[in-house]
This record gives sequence, C-alpha cells and structure tokens, in this order.
Amino acid sequence: MRTRRAVILGLGGTAGALAFTLGLGWWKSRNSAQPGAGLLPLPVADMSFNLSNHRGNPVQPADWIGRPTMVFFGFTWCPDVCPTTLSDISDWLADLGPEADRLNVALISVDPERDTPTVLAEYLSNFDRRIVGLTGQLPEVEKAAAGFRAKFEKLPRDGDYTMNHTAGVFLFHADGRFASIIDFHEDRRFALPKIRRILT
Amino acid sequence: MLSTLLTLTAPAAFACEIFTVGDLSVEHAWSRATIGADRPGVFYVEVTNAGTTDDALIGIATPAAGMPMLHETVVTNGIASMPHAMSIPVPAGQSVKLAPGGYHGMLTGLTTALNEGDSFPVTLTFEKAGEVTVNVEVLSLRAEGPDCEHAGQ
Repeated sequence: MRTRRAVILGLGGTAGALAFTLGLGWWKSRNSAQPGAGLLPLPVADMSFNLSNHRGNPVQPADWIGRPTMVFFGFTWCPDVCPTTLSDISDWLADLGPEADRLNVALISVDPERDTPTVLAEYLSNFDRRIVGLTGQLPEVEKAAAGFRAKFEKLPRDGDYTMNHTAGVFLFHADGRFASIIDFHEDRRFALPKIRRILT
Repeated sequence: MLSTLLTLTAPAAFACEIFTVGDLSVEHAWSRATIGADRPGVFYVEVTNAGTTDDALIGIATPAAGMPMLHETVVTNGIASMPHAMSIPVPAGQSVKLAPGGYHGMLTGLTTALNEGDSFPVTLTFEKAGEVTVNVEVLSLRAEGPDCEHAGQ
C-alpha cells in the first residue's frame, strides 16, 4: 500500500495536470455539451427522496442537515470504479480519524434491483464502517440522482447488465450547501483538503 | 528494522513475481476478492516492453472465469463507463498498467468466488510476443495494489 502511495505521488505531476485539464473540461462541458445538466447539485435541504440505508432504516435528505455530507453513486456489481472509490474514501476517513465521525458518508446505489440493504451491508463491511449504503425504489433513486444532477444508465452487457454512473464524490457543508466534487481522476492529494473544508 | 527483515525473508507474494515473454516483462498481477461468484472479478497487471518494437495486449484467458475481457474505465462528463478495449498498446520502451480506474481485465462468469489469498492463472496474449501465463494474487476488496519491494516504477 505504501509503495502504491509513493507511485501515486510520483505520478502526481502528470496525473494532476491531466486531472485538472479533464476537470476544467468537465466543468465547461456541463454548461455547453449537456443541456439540462449545466447546473450545480441542489442544496441538501432542497433535495427530495426516500431511501433505505443498509441497516434497513429510512433516510431522507433532511436527516443529513447539521453535519457535512459526502456522497458517491455506485453499485456493488461494479468491478473497478466503485471498489476503488470506496477504498479511497476509506483511506480518507482513516486519515481524518475521529474528525470524520462528524460526516455523513453515503454510497447511493444506482442498481437498486440487485443492491438490497442486505447486499449493501455485506459489501460495505469490507470498507470503512462509517460509509452508509442507500438503496430503494428506482423512482426514489432517480429523484436522488436528480437532486445531485447525477446520472446513471443501465446497459445490457453479455447477457447481463452493467451501469454507467456519475463517478465523482459530492461534498456538502453542514447546512446542506453544495461545496465541491472530488472528481474520479482528480489527483487524490486534493481530496483531503476539500473534505477538511466542509468539516470546518 | 523488523519490518525490513520480514520483507527480506518473507517469500515474495504472487503478485510480485515477474514473468517474461520475448522483450516483455509482466508483473504485479493482482485481483480483488469478490463476494460470491455472481459479481465480475477484476484483473490488474503491469507490462513493460524493453524491446524496440511496439506490441499490444489483445486478449486474456483464465480458468477462473467464463468470460474474461479487456475493458477500460472512461470518465466522460463525470460519468464512468467501461467500454471493451480491443487492444491495449504496449509501446517499445514503455510500461503499461492495467490499474484501478483505467485499463483492466473484467472477469465475468467467475467459476468460484475469489477469496483474499487465493491465486489463479491468467494467460495474456500479445500481438507479437505471443502468450504468457502469470499467477494472479487475490488481494482484499479494499486493496489498491500489491506491495512489492521492487516496485520502484
């Protein structure tokens, strides 16, 4: 793990520049290439959805108000992006230590068909225990995604299906205001400062 | 000091073995544990081309999965997708990584769940160098890569 970190840091210059360029491109294209998507995520207080967490308890956006919030969209059948992001999030939470206890940290499943609360619970037991899995009826997941201006799409693949989905990590202040996004290919060194900003 | 000794005396993990075929060396072959056999597994590896001729990884095969395929994670407008990669270039004098968030092998139709500590063979087919079979080490679902002493790339 330590070696990998060193490798990542070593690649930081190039990757950082690339991520920055990609990030810029993404922000620009939000306003031009994707009509209807050129909007920032709503404040948490203006979102509307009824989901269930991996312990089977109901969760609504209002439950998040009062604590800073970090949200990622994914699914447990995802082989690459989701375990990678959940590993990253677990590392960030470990680095932040007890301070991170003040965060709401949620994985919202874009594959509620397969990701029941039980399935999410088993999957998330492999990562930091502070990450809460959310799932529910598809229309409710769609309402959640709409609030974040996130997208997901089911794709048939080899007799099965996979999901395309927004891969960034969304950050919100304790009062629910949108703060920033940690882009999937962004230099990971920028992640902790972004998270610390919503903790202050 | 103790950790140094342990590193020196412990047998190298599977993922740290280096396999060669022609001018290519293949190392850091690893995978993540899966929950059950229904979910796809993943395959990561690093290929270094010490020769003067460009090559390409054009396929993978393994008894561990019915449908192993090369994929690439692509993020467009913030949205991640995983198109098939028909061929992954391994240019002369360069290293190419199949690593989290980029190129990877997707192991669909797992024969059995992949458990941490298991290993399984994967045969890589290169356009010019031909085939080489490597041992793939299964790390935890949370792993981000093997910890190899020689991994100073």
